[in-house]
Amino acid sequence: MSYKFTEDHEWVLLEGDVATIGISDYAQGQLGDVVYVEVPTVGDEIAKGDELAVVESVKAASEVYSPVSGEIIDVNTELEGAPTMVNEDAMEGGWFAKIRVTNSADLDDLMDEATYKTFVEGLDE
Amino acid sequence: MSETSSTKKTVLYNLHVELGAKMVPFAGYDMPVQYPEGILNEHLHTRESAGLFDVSHMGQLVIAGDNPAAAIETLIPGDIQALGSGEMRYSFLTNEQGGILDDLIVTQRTEDLFVVVNAACKAQDIALLTDGLAGKAQVTELTNRALVALQGPKAAAVLARFAPEVATMSFMTYREVDIDGVPCFVTRSGYTGEDGFEISIPNNNAEALCRKLLGDSDVKPIGLGARDSLRLEAGLCLYGHDLTEKTTPISAGLIWAISKRRREEGGFPGADVIQAEISNKPAMKRVGILPEGRAPAREHTVITDEAGNAIGEITSGGFSPSLGIPIAMGYVPLDFSAIGTKINLLVRGKSRPAVVAKMPFVEQRYYRG
Repeated sequence: MSYKFTEDHEWVLLEGDVATIGISDYAQGQLGDVVYVEVPTVGDEIAKGDELAVVESVKAASEVYSPVSGEIIDVNTELEGAPTMVNEDAMEGGWFAKIRVTNSADLDDLMDEATYKTFVEGLDE
Repeated sequence: MSETSSTKKTVLYNLHVELGAKMVPFAGYDMPVQYPEGILNEHLHTRESAGLFDVSHMGQLVIAGDNPAAAIETLIPGDIQALGSGEMRYSFLTNEQGGILDDLIVTQRTEDLFVVVNAACKAQDIALLTDGLAGKAQVTELTNRALVALQGPKAAAVLARFAPEVATMSFMTYREVDIDGVPCFVTRSGYTGEDGFEISIPNNNAEALCRKLLGDSDVKPIGLGARDSLRLEAGLCLYGHDLTEKTTPISAGLIWAISKRRREEGGFPGADVIQAEISNKPAMKRVGILPEGRAPAREHTVITDEAGNAIGEITSGGFSPSLGIPIAMGYVPLDFSAIGTKINLLVRGKSRPAVVAKMPFVEQRYYRG
């Protein structure tokens, strides 16, 4: 069990068939102070690549795309009152949604932590 | 990252980078959108203490001639001839349809006018002023000067440590002041809703003087991100968004910037349209908007009536760091412009309730002596 990352800076943590989704620490740093997060509705089906959440910083709204297909089984309701959790604890407390994945192969083409770290370092050049 | 060979740098560029600013292209310049503190903290610091903004990308012009105040009145509806030496006024260049080509600040100096225009409109404004005033006045851009704004409740105390005479300046006045030995043009003005100053500094002295100001423990550098959220809270218009060639001063709620004499006499582009709107009311009006809930409604968000019919659009919208809620402004038909009118906003396809609200959202705190 380890974090996987997309090129759009979402992270996925798969436990059994449940994937927890958030955005990386790099992404929260780029967005700046998060003031609102729109999370999906529990029970909805979502396809890989669909909009999963919207993160609003002071200056702009940014879409978060689902790296996996499946059913939304839980969302982080604490973000409603404490959106800055995304800045303060992006990799844990700032999670957006849990998805029961229909095809764990969705994760196959994602980056592991070391590869993502190299990917991000390349972006800062 | 986003830097290209065509973007220009202000003379404070190296200082911004040294301070850890995130630089973004804005109106052809590489400008600091935020420093490491972030927009939220920069915004709150300006409201509580004092913030230093680089606005050197804006155009600083001098208009000289036999009677430059009378000359410029042929292009703007501002009452410039009513200004005494050292007084200044907010106005705008208009087109023949009464639309706004740019908003600007005009200062009457002893011999000439000192004019500050928006960066994005600078080239167009200089061409328009040069052509429009040909034979009457000459327009010169002061490319040898930087421009910074020092804004916030502690701005006056900070600047007075370097130049005590600024303490007694009233809002919207101009004075030539030596700050730490550097000859500066100082105006008590700004665009944050706070008391403060804009300081025009010779390029060669700008970085050193800014370092001195930043050396004061009350002062922090503030980027364009917070500049935008501060002016939105103060209910102030951003050209290209809340004001365009298609919006008239009357629909924008800027009638206060046109004096009785200028309303009656006209004599500026689009005067007939603007006079008719004063008499008959404009079709659309700029209003403040408070979205319910926490989701910000951004520029171009469609405004509908409660039945779902599209009636207008948001022109500036975001999050208010001071109030901790989303705020916005936009244009609605006159019938929907009363404070308290219920409207809906289409945010990402979902209709969300909102209400027309009083502006400014945060009280303006100008120093009037």
